[in-house]
Amino acid sequence: MQNEMSADLLPQKLAKSRPLFDGDILRRAIGESFRKLNPMTLAKNPVIFVVEVGALMTTVLLARDVATGSSEFSFNIQIALWLWFTVLFANFAEAMAEARGKAQADSLRKTKTDSIAKRMLSNGHSEKVAASQLRAGDIVICEAGDIIPGDGEVVDGIATVDESVITGESAPVIRESGGDRSAVTGGTRVLSDEIKIRITSNPGETFLDRMIALVEGAERHKTPNEIALNILIAGLTLIFLLAVVTLQPFSQYSATAAGSGAVPSVAVLVSLLVCLIPTTIGGLLSAIGIAGMDRVMQHNVLAMSGKAVEASGDVNTLLLDKTGTLTIGNRQAVEFLPVQGVSDTELAEAAQLSSLADETPEGRSVVVLAKEKYGLRGRELAQHEAHFIPFSAYTRMSGVDINSDRLRKGATDSIVQFVREQGGTVPDDLKEIAERISRQGGTPLAVANGQRALGVIHLKDVVKGGMKERLAQLRRMGIQTVMITGDNPLTAAAIAAEAGVDNFLAQASPADKLNYIKKEQAEGRLVAMTGDGTNDAPALAQADVGLAMNTGTMAAKEAGNMVDLDSNPTKLIEVVAIGKQLLITRGALTTFSIANDVAKYFAIIPAMFMATYPALCALNVMGLNNPKSAVLAAVIFNALIIIALVPLALRGVKYRAGSADALLRRNLLVYGLGGLVVPFPAIWLIDRLVHALGWA
Amino acid sequence: MTSNGVLQIALYFLAVLAIAKPMGAYMARVFAGERTFAHPLLRPLEKGLYRLVGVTEDTEQRWTAYAGSLLSFSFFSFLFVYLLQRMQAALPLNPQKLSSATPDLAFNTAVSFTTNTNWQAYAGETTMSYLVQMSALTVQNFASAAAGVAIAIALIRGLARQQEKTIGNFWVDLTRAVVYLFLPLSLAGALFFCSQGVIQTFSGYTTATTVEGKEQVIAQGPVASQEAIKMVGTNGGGFFNANSAHPFENPTPLTNFVQMLMIFLIPAGLTYTFGRMVGDQRQGWALFAAMSILFLAGVFVIYAAEQSGNPNLTRLGLAAADGNWEGKETRFGIATTSLFAAITTAASCGAVIGMHDSFTPLGGLATLFNMQSGEVIFGGAGAGLYGMLLFAILAVFIAGLMVGRTPEYLGKKIEGKEVKMAMLALIATSAAILLFTGASSVVSFSKDSYWNAGYGPATGNLNNAGPHGFAEVLYAYSSAAGNNGSAFAGLSANTPWYNLTLGVAMLVGRFLIIIPMLAVAGSLAGKKRLAVTTGTLPTHGPLFVGLLVGTVIIIGALTFFPALSLSPVVEHFLMQQGGRF
Amino acid sequence: MWNQLLPGFRMTLALTVLTGMIYPGVVTALCQTLFSAQANGSLIVRNGRVVGSALIGQSFARPEYFHPRPSAAGIDGYDAASSGGSNLGPTSQKLMDRVKATVAKLQAQNPSHQGEWPADLATASASGLDPHISPAAARMQVERVARSRSVSIEQVKEMLVRFTESRDLGFLGEPRVNVLLLNLELDRVLPTK
Repeated sequence: MQNEMSADLLPQKLAKSRPLFDGDILRRAIGESFRKLNPMTLAKNPVIFVVEVGALMTTVLLARDVATGSSEFSFNIQIALWLWFTVLFANFAEAMAEARGKAQADSLRKTKTDSIAKRMLSNGHSEKVAASQLRAGDIVICEAGDIIPGDGEVVDGIATVDESVITGESAPVIRESGGDRSAVTGGTRVLSDEIKIRITSNPGETFLDRMIALVEGAERHKTPNEIALNILIAGLTLIFLLAVVTLQPFSQYSATAAGSGAVPSVAVLVSLLVCLIPTTIGGLLSAIGIAGMDRVMQHNVLAMSGKAVEASGDVNTLLLDKTGTLTIGNRQAVEFLPVQGVSDTELAEAAQLSSLADETPEGRSVVVLAKEKYGLRGRELAQHEAHFIPFSAYTRMSGVDINSDRLRKGATDSIVQFVREQGGTVPDDLKEIAERISRQGGTPLAVANGQRALGVIHLKDVVKGGMKERLAQLRRMGIQTVMITGDNPLTAAAIAAEAGVDNFLAQASPADKLNYIKKEQAEGRLVAMTGDGTNDAPALAQADVGLAMNTGTMAAKEAGNMVDLDSNPTKLIEVVAIGKQLLITRGALTTFSIANDVAKYFAIIPAMFMATYPALCALNVMGLNNPKSAVLAAVIFNALIIIALVPLALRGVKYRAGSADALLRRNLLVYGLGGLVVPFPAIWLIDRLVHALGWA
Repeated sequence: MTSNGVLQIALYFLAVLAIAKPMGAYMARVFAGERTFAHPLLRPLEKGLYRLVGVTEDTEQRWTAYAGSLLSFSFFSFLFVYLLQRMQAALPLNPQKLSSATPDLAFNTAVSFTTNTNWQAYAGETTMSYLVQMSALTVQNFASAAAGVAIAIALIRGLARQQEKTIGNFWVDLTRAVVYLFLPLSLAGALFFCSQGVIQTFSGYTTATTVEGKEQVIAQGPVASQEAIKMVGTNGGGFFNANSAHPFENPTPLTNFVQMLMIFLIPAGLTYTFGRMVGDQRQGWALFAAMSILFLAGVFVIYAAEQSGNPNLTRLGLAAADGNWEGKETRFGIATTSLFAAITTAASCGAVIGMHDSFTPLGGLATLFNMQSGEVIFGGAGAGLYGMLLFAILAVFIAGLMVGRTPEYLGKKIEGKEVKMAMLALIATSAAILLFTGASSVVSFSKDSYWNAGYGPATGNLNNAGPHGFAEVLYAYSSAAGNNGSAFAGLSANTPWYNLTLGVAMLVGRFLIIIPMLAVAGSLAGKKRLAVTTGTLPTHGPLFVGLLVGTVIIIGALTFFPALSLSPVVEHFLMQQGGRF
Repeated sequence: MWNQLLPGFRMTLALTVLTGMIYPGVVTALCQTLFSAQANGSLIVRNGRVVGSALIGQSFARPEYFHPRPSAAGIDGYDAASSGGSNLGPTSQKLMDRVKATVAKLQAQNPSHQGEWPADLATASASGLDPHISPAAARMQVERVARSRSVSIEQVKEMLVRFTESRDLGFLGEPRVNVLLLNLELDRVLPTK
């Protein structure tokens, strides 16, 4: 229900999702719809404001009907009621969208209890103060069990932290001083160890505060595109206002010319106006925007502004880090390549034994490969006298001594040195094999037994499953992908080809990244990237969409315009899809709204002038019962369609990755042609009902 | 419809198609300041004009200065035309001793000719001296058309350039349009027309004694020179009251064919110029295609309606197969007249070879709708292109959203400012049409009042009663706001009320489109051009053409459906039932 | 302000001279030299008197002449100093009345005619100065003209065929008959006795 987007684009993980019409939210929204009737608030929405003024006018004129005992009373009161419903329905749509955010904000706020902080004094002691008294620059100390009192950076120590409040992810994360994992967020809890934190934000300005404000929509500004669309629909409203207002003198002339009939009543004129002005999109516009933000949130991405979400729909170039985004962070053994005179099996066995104690993913992959390819089973090492040599940065090798065997695996240079030290000679083809692997984008891992060099393990970057398809999908959307990697160009090219990215930036320094973004932008492209390090910050700020990882540094988070709480860089793809979906929904409902008018004209115009020119009956193509039922049917349809489209506005129009041409063709067919056709049978049906119920 | 009629329409359209490219390529060169075959002859004239006027050829203007220059030029143009009419009686070249125009008529006519509308509240042969026809009206036929082309070129530059502040120089564009386009084309056209029988003389009217011995005064004048520019400048203001239906203006079907070609020559060519200037010829052809679809639809609606005739008249014994002949010339017939009516209302020309007032309701409806849809179906010289680009911006905005990107046209983002300007233009013209039509259908004066002397209520000026009368008023303001100039000519519009309100409608229809579109040009010129990807909405394919056509139709239809249903639509049904007023 | 306004003034003045005086002057000079007859109105002179223009229709009421279409130009029609159509719409009672009267007149003048009337002959043209009628409208009048001139129908028919102009270039406009030229030829070749 939550997610209309195609499954391959958006994974079904929706951490904080609620059903669309949750009872609590519904109640909240209904209440809010009435509060929003206040003309001062409604004036911000010109279309619905016009409806309210119309509703007010017809309501006031009811008094006159009562006073004169007019037979029109029952018709007029129905019109007035439906006009009020129209306003309420539009309010309800917005209120629904807001209520979802407010409910989330409430649950966030509950976690924001005022904790006690231990502030370090200059003499090395600490004092207890309320977290609210902390200022940026204060140093606090937190130990296991403490709630971190504010946003800050770890300046000393390492600790595991529970950040589920923010991310919804229960697994603890490691926070340590220095490097890119130093940022901590207020409201999260230290699980083990002790850290010193330098506070970086003042009370009320913390990440949690900002998050609450964002989900609540308190800081909601209209996005540029929303403003432009508002101008369009306000302009259309004005044009229809002119068309309806001038209908009064037109009909006066016509009634005189025909010698029969009269000027249509205010209620009928107002009905026509309300039916014509784009109430559907006018009523749903802000809901669409809020819901778009909400959908981003459901993906555990915090967008700092609606503008950022909108911009993500426009992205032309996606900068993706190789490691962790395109490839599963670890390399895997894919092949054993022995030197001359050594059998495959011998190498495989040596490699396996040397890796048995190696718990790194690379090590495990060696064991798995040996088992799968050569049927070698992990042996009971207890039988033997095994002595494991762990990896050290100094030797750049690891291995095992079993009996007389001294098995080592490691960087080619290190193994060469090891073999020589043992008094052996290195076969010529070892280096050749290693270089060949490098050229193919892999990492060579040499294996030796004492003074014998046995061969090389081919470790390879493994592109994530399905990545190629997703990148192809992006290409169809007109988005080019660029892989960013520290690898040499050779390796980078090989992986780029395998992953199916359009371009790559090898041996990329942060400055290279920044320059690349600037170059793309100068060529008229919008760029999105992810980043987590402090040195990513300039590039994140320069990019049109900068998605910072929540695990990253504060500098990175501040520079980007979105934060991914799951710290999953592939999320960028989902965000782009949501951005597009947001714009499509607006366009689709605008088109639908305008296309609807045709049927409404055919309902109301003949009804209006049946008395003046009976010949106009020819325009009553729907064969509506009588003038009153026709007008009522159109007004009722106009009101109900708003409610009917609330789910679509909140969920967004279905988005399929594809070329612009294909998308437009489809959406024009569904929302353009659909908008033209649907109202005819719908109004006809309502007219039958209205007549059958004796309303008119 | 006859096969010959369809053949005429088809051959005409093919001819337009054939001339669009050479004409467009030529204009692109002219406005880029490149040398053409005409330069050896005309370049000295161009330079001479710069020297006289004090223009430095290579300075460019921002949009505000460009608009300022246009306004200043239009202001003095207005003043000249106004004063010449007011002093007509005292000026030479007035063999019929016609008196000076009243202030309101002079205002209306001055506005009309400086805005390229050429609405004529007067009958030429009984009101305007040769001097006024030549030195006021013909001049404006050149000037207003050249200004329109200049604006279109400036807007194209806005789309073609990136991150620049200026959009060209109005004086240079204006001069080039006059020197390289309108003068040579008019000269050639005038000589051809005269060879076919269009008159060109300064002599007074001729008195003939007819075969049956009656006296017939035959109006004369310098017609050919005005006729040519009236067509090629899409002005449409006839020398005579009957306009191009008058045998002295348009004596044969051949001259008529040339006149029709001349109307579309520049508007159609400009679509090609557009493609060339923005560096993608397909973009130009897309606009051409959209215009063609709308145009041909209009032609065939009118033709079918006129050919099927008026049942009220067949009931009186007229041949049903002949169609509706009231207000049509024998030499042109139903097909040609229908084609011309579609061309003239589509192109905001306003010349006529048949009386639109006497068209069948559906034929009249199509001419009305051509104007109400914004005069963008090829449209006026320059005006059609910038008007169509206005719709392109709106179409792209709504459809662009549906492809999931911030809408862009030719790589330029369409944002709040562009939408605002496009809507402003749209609202202004709709308001001018609807509000003035509304006022005129109810406003009442006494018969001896200044405002509508002799008629009383504004509806007293109508020539027809019932829905058709309402259509006369609606047509008048649609024509004025669309800067078309044709009329349901039964309306006696030469009273202060109509002269002033129609004048205002013309001003709105001209300047409240030009100024917003220049603002758009300025804004777009300053923007970066975005890269084109498969995610970009293509604006050159059939889908976009369909979308553009749909936008033009639906915006026009939604705005004017109520008004139209009370005039031609209901009249159509009434006519079928034999209704009379 | 002035540097905007001044070029505006100068340009208006310059264009007035160029396009409002030099251009029409040059065109007039050329046309009067090259196409003198056309430039002066294609006038037809008979016995030293201008009887009309070959391009401008004039009224004919006598039975021995072919009659033109009804005209809305001027008060009596065919006023060549006051061109224009009737501008009556398709639901106009005035139009119906006028057409009814015309049809009655046609019926009275051409009693032998059977069936529908050619539409052009009962409707007013756009200019009010239409010099033509359709071949059908002319054929319908042949019998009356022949009888009034006491000549054979074939003779008139033959002349009519000669005076029927076909479409320009074979496809432009409609076939037509110039009433004035035909009537002048009738007077020349088959004068009324």
